[in-house]
Amino acid sequence: MLVSIRAVIGRDLRLAMRRQSDIIAALFFFIIVVSLFPLGVGPEADQLRRLAPGVLWVAALLATMLSLPRLFADDHRDGTLEQLALAPQPLALIVFGKVIAHWLVAGLPLVLLAPVLGIQFDLANDALAILALSLLIGTPALSGIGAIGAALTLGVRGGGVLLSLLVLPLYIPVLIFGAGAVDATLSGLGAQAHLSLLGALTLGGVFFAPWPTAAALRIALE
Amino acid sequence: MSERVINWFKYASPQTFYPLAGKLIPWFWALAAIFGLAGLTIGFLLAPTDEQQGEGYRIIFLHVPASWMSMFIYLVMAFWAGTGLAFNTRLSGMMASALAPTGALFAFLSLWTGALWGKPMWGTWWVWDARLTSELILLFLYIGFIALQAAIDDPRRADKAGAILALVGVVNVPIIYFSVKWWNTLHQGASVSLTKAPSMAAMMLWGMILCALGCWMYSIAVALMRVRTIMLERERHTDWVRSVLGEKE
Repeated sequence: MLVSIRAVIGRDLRLAMRRQSDIIAALFFFIIVVSLFPLGVGPEADQLRRLAPGVLWVAALLATMLSLPRLFADDHRDGTLEQLALAPQPLALIVFGKVIAHWLVAGLPLVLLAPVLGIQFDLANDALAILALSLLIGTPALSGIGAIGAALTLGVRGGGVLLSLLVLPLYIPVLIFGAGAVDATLSGLGAQAHLSLLGALTLGGVFFAPWPTAAALRIALE
Repeated sequence: MSERVINWFKYASPQTFYPLAGKLIPWFWALAAIFGLAGLTIGFLLAPTDEQQGEGYRIIFLHVPASWMSMFIYLVMAFWAGTGLAFNTRLSGMMASALAPTGALFAFLSLWTGALWGKPMWGTWWVWDARLTSELILLFLYIGFIALQAAIDDPRRADKAGAILALVGVVNVPIIYFSVKWWNTLHQGASVSLTKAPSMAAMMLWGMILCALGCWMYSIAVALMRVRTIMLERERHTDWVRSVLGEKE
């Protein structure tokens, strides 16, 4: 089981590394969206500090969503997905591997970049640490839940816009607890509770999401 | 098999369900009209004026039933979607897609009437409160479901994809509800609950229950009408649809 998951992860990572422009484009999207806010609302440090958790988290949500169609679309186009569906390993297991690979490519760079962008918003050191930690805990859930949407919209007309319609409402709990953790640190309450709930969402999301995703993929392949 | 055993699956096929739905629709319309009129009469003419909220509270006679229906219809829709996915029946998926627009309508009505009520009572059209937010997300979920089904041309695939989305949404609804509840809240708690005596006058309660029944009957009637059109559209190549349409012409 572990061997097949590792094989899927390795394959997806290798493919992603050969098309680095996709990853970098999503990252720059994240940076640009975050940088637009100070230009839009003005450079007062107090205001920016209050906005920072929400802005960074919403931008992370959008950046993750931008890279979701890539999760299955290429494999679907060249027929790899059908071969994977025929493989003796459960399709959900393969999906699990692909979700992990997606997170490594799309989620982890956001986690590493967010503290740097947080400095633009005049966040204190402890808030920066919690921001990175909350993204580290929360972004796997985004990849997991997003996989369901990516599988449902596979090969559908106007898939990209539809994907955001389906996935963004489901992302709301992650957003609330993720941004809430940073907010709680800023107001001196401690982020423990929010981070625990975020961890629960991630464990639940990443564990359960592969099954509906696999079911949706089978429907798309019919 | 003896004839006394009722065949529950007889009406699971569109061919037999179509005439049955046609027969039921007038009854549900009649019930909807009776319950609705009775509820509104009690609500607007007989129920006492609220001590604190004045006459403005009367909007709850539409607001509360609409909110109830929006949540209940989502559950029913997910139930039909799940049944369709599990047993691969044609009619279940049609029922789910027939219910979605009515559910979305009620979610929208609930938000709209809530805003009209909130302006005089809270002094604002909208607050980011737990219930308002989760109702708004429920509307988004309905819209996502409808949009997904509309984007897929093959109706069987649309049904199945929609079913997965509806089931994922049903798991997510309580999570969303509690997450927004812990995040921020202003909306008053429910005035009606099954476990304790309601904190409102009996007359108001009756008005509300009758209105809710009226909305319920209306939903059934409209969903049946919609499912009849969906059946005709999807089964247009079959003989029974030709004969049904032939009779009318």
